Order: sequence, then structure tokens, then C-alpha cells
Amino acid sequence: MLTISGSPHLHGDNSTKKIMYGVVTAMLPAMVVAIWYFGLGALEIIVLSVGFSLFFEWLIQKYLIKGPLTITDGSAMVTGILLAFNVPSNLPWWMIIIGALVAIGIGKMSFGGLGKNIFNPALVSRVFLLVSFPVAMTSWPKPSPITKTLVDTITGPTPLGFVKEGLGAGKTLAELSQHLPGYGQQLMGQMGGSLGEVSALALIIGGIYMLWKKIITWEIPVSVLVTVFVFSGILWQIDPLHYTNPVFNLLTGGIMLGAIFMATDMVTSPMTRGGQLLFGFGIGLITMLIRVWGAYPEGVSFAILLMNSVVPLINKGFKPKRFGTVKMAA
Amino acid sequence: MGFLKTFVLGGIHPPENKLSAGKPIRSLSVPVQVVVPMGQNLGAPSKPVVKRGDKVKTGQLIAEAGGFISSNVHSPVSGTIFKIDNMMDASGFRRPAFIIKVEGDEWMDGIDNTETFVKDVTLSSEEIIAKVKNAGIVGMGGATFPTHVKLMVPPGRNAEYLIINGVECEPYLTADHQLMLEKGPEIVVGTKILMKALKVNRAVIGIENNKPDAIKLMRDLTAEEEGIVVQPLKVKYPQGGEKQLIKAVTNREVPSGKLPIEVGCVVQNVGTAFAVYEAVTKNKPLIERVVTVTGKALENPSNLRVRIGTPVRALVDEAGGFPDDTGKIIGGGPMMGKALATLDVPVVKGTSGILLQREEAAHRPVEGPCIRCSKCTQVCPMGLEPFLLSRLARVGNYEAAEGEGVMDCIECGSCQYTCPAKIPLLDYLRLGKNKVGVLIRARTKR
Repeated sequence: MLTISGSPHLHGDNSTKKIMYGVVTAMLPAMVVAIWYFGLGALEIIVLSVGFSLFFEWLIQKYLIKGPLTITDGSAMVTGILLAFNVPSNLPWWMIIIGALVAIGIGKMSFGGLGKNIFNPALVSRVFLLVSFPVAMTSWPKPSPITKTLVDTITGPTPLGFVKEGLGAGKTLAELSQHLPGYGQQLMGQMGGSLGEVSALALIIGGIYMLWKKIITWEIPVSVLVTVFVFSGILWQIDPLHYTNPVFNLLTGGIMLGAIFMATDMVTSPMTRGGQLLFGFGIGLITMLIRVWGAYPEGVSFAILLMNSVVPLINKGFKPKRFGTVKMAA
Repeated sequence: MGFLKTFVLGGIHPPENKLSAGKPIRSLSVPVQVVVPMGQNLGAPSKPVVKRGDKVKTGQLIAEAGGFISSNVHSPVSGTIFKIDNMMDASGFRRPAFIIKVEGDEWMDGIDNTETFVKDVTLSSEEIIAKVKNAGIVGMGGATFPTHVKLMVPPGRNAEYLIINGVECEPYLTADHQLMLEKGPEIVVGTKILMKALKVNRAVIGIENNKPDAIKLMRDLTAEEEGIVVQPLKVKYPQGGEKQLIKAVTNREVPSGKLPIEVGCVVQNVGTAFAVYEAVTKNKPLIERVVTVTGKALENPSNLRVRIGTPVRALVDEAGGFPDDTGKIIGGGPMMGKALATLDVPVVKGTSGILLQREEAAHRPVEGPCIRCSKCTQVCPMGLEPFLLSRLARVGNYEAAEGEGVMDCIECGSCQYTCPAKIPLLDYLRLGKNKVGVLIRARTKR
């Protein structure tokens, strides 16, 4: 039997599955760091989040959408890991299950499944958990290498929360900074925070891997990070006693995780490079506005979700450069 | 090498798989019967000038141009017109064709059918164009646009560059490569003839860097030639596309919806340059061409010189026979070629290759949902948004598709090749182009 079909008759070996499992691979370093510093609690959260994300997608796909099996495409696993990365490692087990249901059910499947959602599913769920369980979502276990304690029980604030609270109480930055982790610790991830966001180094390694594999392009992460750096740099130049320095702003909080893994989500980010630059700029800007003047110490999640909502507009405004549309100089 | 020239927007690099590279061109013996379609060119089909039962000689005119954009057709064999009937061609449709029973191989008088190399041409531009027109030459890269029409520069336009297309960016195909290696001097003379016809003093032969032997040979051959340069190009598909090649060589962009002459360029394939050489110096019409017959399961991938009208089956037999697990026969290259329904369609002027794909490679992968990765947009050489255009075509919003530039699509297939969700983007873009074409024609009629 001969097959008749339109050209092209060749297909590249890239696939949705490859992309998704590529992202999973890129998240491995951050996962290792999470388990190293936060112990079995982190492992438990990751396993529950991934397991229930897969389960809920299977359930909804089979009984509500009544479509073919989709959980093998890797996207539910990515959402599961990202959700786990966005919560503290001591979150009660049932909260992460609710989180998985919100991420998959509301964040993704209610729109029709993979590729159709407007907002990053893991962030929808994170924000849902944050407003529903504010205490549990902001009690951060103190990190200590797994060789010392298997499960952490002592909690403390994140560096960003500590600074915001301290400044609010009238302390100066000089006093506060003595109690903050050093840059080395910030880079490695030895500080309080959501289990996947702490190690800038591990996240950057993952980002480089994704750039190498052409899963992401540089535009979004770079524009987010540069915006944060410049914005906080200007404030810091104006008043170094009141505003934290730009390096501190890059290494703490969720900005690395957000810039590299959350904002680059293909489904919810703009299609053209110019649009991606604007998108990244918007995320960096909103993040800093919330960090400096907002009620929350951290604003990456809100920033990304807000920018997600304008992606269709950005796509309308930023078209690729068309061939043959520029007037030739005679 | 440093930075090699190439086009700017998009492009892909599929595995080259040039299985028949370096294989000398073999002449395939004349078959017992040929099928010569009347419409072998882009534009109007040709009109027959012989009838059933007529005796014809090799090289005799059997159909003349049926319009301005049309071309002559000559008998590729000597024998009897057995029938004039609708026969299936590479498109899968039955179209008017001559069926000629072969008797011997008697050539028309005045055609020099030897390999003697003729270097000097003293004809004027008009005489050259007339000869090219008489010989029925069309673009041999596959587009089959009548060559003489391209040589007639419209009033108010000025040709500055002749670009000879030796890119052969389609995977698997090696016909042009091998032709350059074996007929280099003839191609150079052909280039000079074309320059004369166009009255230009600059010609660039563009060759991709995966053919270093051809680049070196053509450079040596043109070292003494005034105005002809060889331009090595970075390997990138679809660099053989006219607009992409012009951009790569001259950095000029053909405006949307316009022809290359708008930026002072005329592009001709190396195969066309060779055919022009034969037509002008030897009075030989376009009745044979070099075809790459290739495929991973094929015993002996080859470059064959065959008469127009030869059934594809004869070529496959010559290359080792039809492999059992063949799932698809492609006329042309794997990116832009057409799937053939049977081996019994004839080779035509635009047949650059025959590719046999194994059963496992013949099927499309299962389509998944679009994950908006924008890779189709990144690889589109025309700067379009294939995901958007395909969606607009899918829902039938052709007006919007027109606004988004669907008519600029050159159907190179880069988007569909790249799509990780395996969406048949080009199918929908073709649908969109088709429907928008109808809209445009309806508008101009009113």
C-alpha cells in the first residue's frame, strides 16, 4: 500500500513529549537541592504533587472530557513538579493534593487541556493555596543538609519576608543584613523559601540546559532578570539604607524559578521575540512593584499571572518581521 | 570559513541523506513507450500540433505554447503517436498527454546530439531568447516556470544579477550537484548565454557548503570569466527558494507578491543553465533531464539521465528495483515533493528526483494539541505565523488569513517539519492559499 499525503514528507524528531521531559530533566538539579536542604518533606511534596497531578488529569480526561490518554505527554508531570517547587516543604499533605486538583482541574483541564490554558496552571494553584492557607503557605522550614536532619521542623522567614517585616518595624537594612544568608548560601539555596526556588545556581543550570536543548529562548528569562536588576539597582543607588541591592533581589525569592521555569511556559507566553521581551519586562516590573510597595514580600507569581492575561494582546501587537515588507532603498 | 552567507529569516536543517552523492550520471536506455503530458510547465498547458498515428522524430515539436506563460513540448523519442489521451501524471489527476510508441532513436535534423563542447556563442539576446523558447525550456528545479518568460525583462525593470541556483537544499537530491561536477564547463557557457540574454554583466553561482567539490570546480572554471562569481552558502533549507537565494546572495528582499526582477534579479537553476547551453549551442530541445533516484531501502541510489516521458518504474528498476517495504513514492525531494499514486507516472521536465520512503517513514506522526511553542514562527522563512494561519484556515476565516499574509507562503514545509505537536500546518496553509486565491480572483473580476 502506498501512502499519499501532502508535503513535507519529513518530520523533525522534536516532539511535545521531548520538550516536556526536557523540562523535567532541567528541573532535576533544583529537585536535588530541595531534597538536600529540606529533606524527606520536600520529597514527599514532590511525589504527592506529581502523582496527584497525573491522577487528576487522567481522571478528568477519562470521565469528563472523555478523550484519549494524555498523561504520558509529560505536561502534567511538569505542572506537578512546578507546583511542588512553589510551596514550602512542610505543607500538609492534603493541601498539596488540593493544589494538584486546582492546578490540573481549574488551571489546565477546564480550558480544554494542554495548550489551551491562559494562565500557568502551577501558579494558579500556588496563588489559590496562598490565599486559602496563608499561614501554611508562608511558614518556611529552615534549611539544613539532609545529612543532619531528615525532616525539618524549625521554621523561619524567607530573606525577602524578613527584610520586609524588619523594614516595616523600623529597623535599618544594616541591622537586618547581619541576619541574612550570604551570597554563597543564597546561590546554593541555603535559605528559607519554597522548596524549588531557593538555589539560584541549580535553576540557572536547568535554564542553560533548556537553552542548549532549544526548549526555551533567552528573551524571557533575561528580560525578567535584567528588569529586576535595573529596577532594584536604581532604588538601591538612590537609598542603599532602605532598599536591598540588586544581587540580593535576583538571588532570593522566586524570581529565578519564575524567570527560568514559570514565565517561559510556552503555552502562556508570547509567540514572538519582541513580545517575549515585553512580557519579561512586565513580569520584572510588576514583581519589583509588589516587592517594594506591595503587601506581600514576594510578587513573582502575581506578576507572571498578570502578564499571562495580556499575552493574547501582546501577540496581536508583536508580529514577526515579514519577508519582503520593507521598502528597498533604491 | 568564518560566517557564510545565507538568508536571514527562519530556515531548518533536516538530515541531508545525500545517498546518491558522487554517483556518476548514467544514461537510462530509451523505454518502449513514453507518456508526454501537455502541461509540463507552470501556466497554460501546451496545444498539440501532431495527431494520432503521426510519425515523430526525437526532438520534433509535438505541442506548442498555449499562452504567454506556457512552453513548447518536443517528442523525447522517435516513433508513432499511439494515442492522445488523459493520463495520470505526478499530480494524481488524469491530464492530456501523448502516448508515443518508440521505434528506434532517430533525431530531427539540425540537432547536435554529441558531447562536443561548444564554447563560443555569437547570438544576440533576442536570438537566444527565441531559441530558449523554441526548445521548450522551463525551470528545472521543480517550479517549471517557462524560462524564456523569465529572460524577457519587463519594460521599466532592469536586470542586474543573474543568479544560478546550485543550492539543491532538498535532502536526498543530488542531480544538480552531479550535473555541476560532470557538466561544469557547459553550465558556465550556459550562464554566459543567460547573461547575454538578460544583458547583465554580473552572475553569481550559489552553492551550499555541503558540496565543496562543486564549489571548487565551479570556482576553477569561472576564474577566468569576467563577472561570474561562485558564492558558497551556509547549508540551510529552503535556500533554493528563489526569494531566499536572492536574499542570501545579494541581501535584497523581493517585495511581498512581486517577482525577483523587482530587485533586479533573475534566478535560474543549474539544470536550466545546462538545458539552455544545449538548446542554444546544439539546437537540442528539452527532452531529457537528470533525475536522482534514491531512498534508504533502494539498492543503488543513482543519478540518471532519462528521456522525458519515461515511466518512473524504469528509473526505480535501474536503481535496483522496487523495495518490498516501500510506503511512499515521492516525485521531487522529501520537503516539497509530491507523493505519487503509482510507479506508472512519467518523468516530466520538473522531475528532479524520485524518492522511495520506507513504510515506517511514510506515515505522518499522530497530531497533538498546539502547545504554542512558536517554533513554526521561528523557522518560517517568510516571517509568517503558521500556527495562526492554520487556525484561521481551519475555522474558515480566509479574509483574516489573507491579512496575515497567507499568500506569501512558499509551501516549503519548514513549519510542519519542525512542529513538535506534529500538526499538519502546511495542509491548512495550502487550503488557506487556495481559498484566498478564489477570493482574490472574485474581487478582480468584479
